[in-house]
Amino acid sequence: MKRARPRPAALPDAQGHFGRFGGRFVPETLMAPLVELERAYARARRDPAFQARLAGLLRDYAGRPTPLYFATRLSEQAGGARIYLKREDLCHTGAHKINNVLGQALLAERMGKRRVIAETGAGQHGVATATAAALLGLACEVYMGAEDIERQALNVFRMRLLGARVVPVESGSRTLKDAINEALRDWVTNVRTTYYLLGSALGPHPYPVMVRDFHAVIGAETRRQARQALGRLPDALVACVGGGSNAIGLFHPFIGDRRVRIIGVEPGGEGLATGRHGASMTAGRVGVLHGCMSYLLQSDDGQIATAHSISAGLDYPGVGPEHAYYRDAGRFEFVAVTDEEALEGFEALTRLEGIMPALESAHAVAHAMRLAKTLPRAKAIVVGLSGRGDKDVHVVAKALGTEVK
Amino acid sequence: MSDARLAQATDGARRPRGPRYKLTRLGETFEGLRARGERALVAYLTAGDPSLADTRRLVLEAARRGADVVELGVPFSDPLADGPVIQRAAMRALDRGTTLPRVLETVATLRAETNVPIALLTYYNPVLAFGLKAFARTAADAGVDGVIVADLPPEEADPLAAEAEAAGLDLVAMVAPTSTPERVRLIARRSRGFIYLVALTGVTGERREVPRDLAAQIRALRRVTRMPVCVGFGISRPEHVEAVGRLADGVIVGSAIVRLVEERAGSAGLVEAVGDFVAALKAPLRGPR
Repeated sequence: MKRARPRPAALPDAQGHFGRFGGRFVPETLMAPLVELERAYARARRDPAFQARLAGLLRDYAGRPTPLYFATRLSEQAGGARIYLKREDLCHTGAHKINNVLGQALLAERMGKRRVIAETGAGQHGVATATAAALLGLACEVYMGAEDIERQALNVFRMRLLGARVVPVESGSRTLKDAINEALRDWVTNVRTTYYLLGSALGPHPYPVMVRDFHAVIGAETRRQARQALGRLPDALVACVGGGSNAIGLFHPFIGDRRVRIIGVEPGGEGLATGRHGASMTAGRVGVLHGCMSYLLQSDDGQIATAHSISAGLDYPGVGPEHAYYRDAGRFEFVAVTDEEALEGFEALTRLEGIMPALESAHAVAHAMRLAKTLPRAKAIVVGLSGRGDKDVHVVAKALGTEVK
Repeated sequence: MSDARLAQATDGARRPRGPRYKLTRLGETFEGLRARGERALVAYLTAGDPSLADTRRLVLEAARRGADVVELGVPFSDPLADGPVIQRAAMRALDRGTTLPRVLETVATLRAETNVPIALLTYYNPVLAFGLKAFARTAADAGVDGVIVADLPPEEADPLAAEAEAAGLDLVAMVAPTSTPERVRLIARRSRGFIYLVALTGVTGERREVPRDLAAQIRALRRVTRMPVCVGFGISRPEHVEAVGRLADGVIVGSAIVRLVEERAGSAGLVEAVGDFVAALKAPLRGPR
């Protein structure tokens, strides 16, 4: 079979397909609202006033541009290529999530929707959504798996402080996947008044495109900053991939740069051989979940499997459709990093650089160190440091056998 | 049925335009009901809840007590169009090891005992995992008459529609309160067997009252199609059925039956209780409108 050459400009097609991936697999009730959303987004995207307002908020409120930081001691420890960190952890609310949330919250306001709903895994997208809702005076409800609520008590409280209602989801695996189901059920019911502020680069069209566009600022800044710091583009990009929002934001502006290796890091959980992981690219099959076709962890008869990861934000059995497309096209590589390796990445970055990464981002750090060892010092790797680790301190403590009171 | 009537019925009920096909069991059922001045009761059961053996008994009893079509829900791990009652039923069925292949086997064994039309209500992923062509053929061979896929709008339905058509399986499409006139026309054109009109914006589940704008929705459909229209979502009591039956060709009751199954599962009276309820739901659909 002839391999299609990736042409980012032509993707997705009018129905939101990235090759065979993506699309709109939703109940009929949501189809017309999705078309309405797509049109509203297309108009906003062309509107200089909208873009100016978003750019202003990204700069003055979210704290962009975020630095590209050369992690000297981490690079020395790895021994080999130089490791740079794209510091999304320094964004307001502590993760990249705010980029997309500000864009979509402005869109919700523009569409006259006074209520926003969101799903959240680690709580970062929930916190970001609650933050934007507070900023714009919108009512906000966040669906969160009951298991994640236990794992991420700090973020739950932050959302409540910000005025959001956190709705525990007890169905299914009680994690992110079930939170998305419940948010979609809410949206189906209240679609006329409610904006669904989806937090990952997945779901029905136009979400994967919209989320990618709002996060593409990460990659666009990285290009400029790399040219300044290195005088050229980096040799490799490494980012963690759950649904894949921070990764697609970093990767997308580099897709046409064939010499830049692009590597997504999936959660290997307790190891791929154990079956307890979230590596849908490495171990999944093509299927449909949450409105789009992509790689999924599933049983032989098409039931969605439960993902496992130490990081709640990567605990998802699927992946964004654009990632699936570029994997099949041979443009993106995917690797898996286990819980244990991610913890090592967390400790290394904390001890060597004084930067405590989110456990999600620690997966990318761990793989970047692995990769750096195999490359000469002349090479440069950029890691998408998607979030900070405060929210994970108690999870890390538990994994290291101590208790934080 | 004579050839002339067959052709006429095919034209009217199933396929407004295009070449003539053999009338499916669903098409025949709606024709028969129309001739008798009745409306269809479509009774929904989650397959495998509480077990596939019970499902078998429940389908036979529902058909005996007045269900004109039985809709069998294929349990799925992530039923995002369903409310809590059917979600729980799906989880129970999955816990008992229910799979799409086993549901199809159950239908095949039922076919020795009943002619009631059976439509599967499923999500797309189990069908994809089965393989579209294999699914359509196996389902048709098992005696399944129609398929409704909750998360497959017409824009994405072509691959399955082609296989279903080839296998003689009716792919029933859904219309929602949010569907634009343009979409209503598209869906009416694509649907086979009947049109599933979703009565409300929301998930499946019992509601107190029938939505007020239902009559307008049905009128909009009638303007563009002569295909039978069955209304579902939120219809749970005989009085709802009566009200909707005045407007539509069929009434779909799901969660209320599934809740009864949940309450009576494991008791000796399960089959009879469901049968009695089905009979009560069918009663208001028998007389003239």
